[in-house]
Amino acid sequence: MTRWLLACVILLGFGILRTPLEIRIDKEKQTAGFSRPSPSKELREQLGQSGFLAALGGFRSMLAAVLWIDAHAAWERTEWGRMAALFQAVTTLQPRSPLYWDMASWHMAWNAGSAAYQNPDQPSEALRLRAQKQYWDLGKDFLQRGILNNPNEFSLYERLAILERDKYQDFCAAAKNFDAAASLPGAPEYLKRFALYSLALCPGKEKEAYEKLRSLAGETDSRHLPGILHHLQQLEEKLGIPKEKRVNSQKKNPGN
Amino acid sequence: MNGFLLRLSLPSRVSAIAATTFTELVRMKVFYFLFFFALLLIGNSAFMAKLSFQEEMQMLKDVSLGAMNLFSSLLAILGTSLLLPKDIEEKTIYTILSKPVPRYEYLLGKLLGMFSLLFLSLLLMSALFFAVLWFREQSLIASTSLQLAASPPEELQSAIASIRSSTFNQNLLPGIGILFLKSAILASMTLLISAFSTSGIFTMIASTAAYFIGHLQATARDFWLESPAQHPLAKGFLAFVSFVFPDLQLFSLSDDIVAGTPLPAHILEPILLLGCAYLAAYYIVASLIFSTREL
Repeated sequence: MTRWLLACVILLGFGILRTPLEIRIDKEKQTAGFSRPSPSKELREQLGQSGFLAALGGFRSMLAAVLWIDAHAAWERTEWGRMAALFQAVTTLQPRSPLYWDMASWHMAWNAGSAAYQNPDQPSEALRLRAQKQYWDLGKDFLQRGILNNPNEFSLYERLAILERDKYQDFCAAAKNFDAAASLPGAPEYLKRFALYSLALCPGKEKEAYEKLRSLAGETDSRHLPGILHHLQQLEEKLGIPKEKRVNSQKKNPGN
Repeated sequence: MNGFLLRLSLPSRVSAIAATTFTELVRMKVFYFLFFFALLLIGNSAFMAKLSFQEEMQMLKDVSLGAMNLFSSLLAILGTSLLLPKDIEEKTIYTILSKPVPRYEYLLGKLLGMFSLLFLSLLLMSALFFAVLWFREQSLIASTSLQLAASPPEELQSAIASIRSSTFNQNLLPGIGILFLKSAILASMTLLISAFSTSGIFTMIASTAAYFIGHLQATARDFWLESPAQHPLAKGFLAFVSFVFPDLQLFSLSDDIVAGTPLPAHILEPILLLGCAYLAAYYIVASLIFSTREL
């Protein structure tokens, strides 16, 4: 009886001693980007009973992979609604995986969006356009939530900028996101150029884009110079830059 | 080999029991699960041919580490649940304990035998996983080099670097190490339950329940500490859960590691320390309970 009592005291004593350490590690883990699934109603609805149990039992990544494969099969059958639901579940399970956010957004904004616009069962173009816009918004939402969960991942900012540029034609927002992507670690150099190309098309920002592109033209390698010069020439036309101050004339007269 | 290493570093009685336990477990054909693990990896790889290489690598790592977690947890719970009941049923426990072998040494031997099995299983699964990962990486590099043969060398280098970064990740090894620690904690917890339980089935069910409660322990602790308006009885219950059950969520790092989250030393070290403290505490409690048990 005494030993049983001693065993209980040790178990509880150990529990009391370890709790502050566990709280500290848990906080540090969350600060470092490790996620902890909480038993929410939303997760339960997304995963079903057994999936919910598996997610809470430490099999989040495995479940996410299985659901991703399921989503891929749904893509082959062009079941866009089912894909969207599966992507929500996958990204909830693995919020720290940029790939899932990126691919989910791409499927929704590009594939589902195009399919919605080309839907032969919907004769009304207005409704098809609305459905397409809804899928773009869904794709954008995936990227924005992905960025919230992975603030240092340049590829998600880049994808968001591409979506804003190519689908929404919102060049100001695209420039801002290309710029944000370029400032993050590991970002490729071309993002700086892309930010300025979009800025050149942003109403009211032409002058700023022109100055920045001119300065970039001086420091960039010759492979990318034709692209920059092309944008500069367009901006010179738009801004009405005097001929003698234009890039080409200065190239001809290096003394200027 | 394993038995030899155990014999070198431990008192001969403990190492003898550990080596016998390990042999017994191996004879129970537990390694057949590796066949399913290999099947899962190969089947997975065959399906992945449809996906982009980033998706393929992500899936491969997700499924492999998830399967390692599943198999090692199952092995820890099921294998340990059978240790004591089997010895009691076959009456070998009486032969061992009638010799000058203290009960705590007997339990330590059993536990170390189980740890050896878990270690070897994870080692084999890791070897298989890294072999498949390496094979896929090499075949992807070969096909990419062929496709980009006419492209500028820096473009090819960048594509190869992209493949390499999506395959091997320096945190995979510590992640697998933490998986071993988690399964060792599960084995010690199961041994603790087994120390007072009279049936193997009860031990299995109770340990599986404790496994799930352990993954929700942090949530219970948060409710206990952070929710102000609670009935004292509910608070007491949540505090009890927090103190008695292990926080297994702390040892569930592989999900985020495969997603690319780095594992800094200031997190890894206290987790390792805490894991060792769990092993010691559960072993001491199990020994105390087992020492009073009538056999």
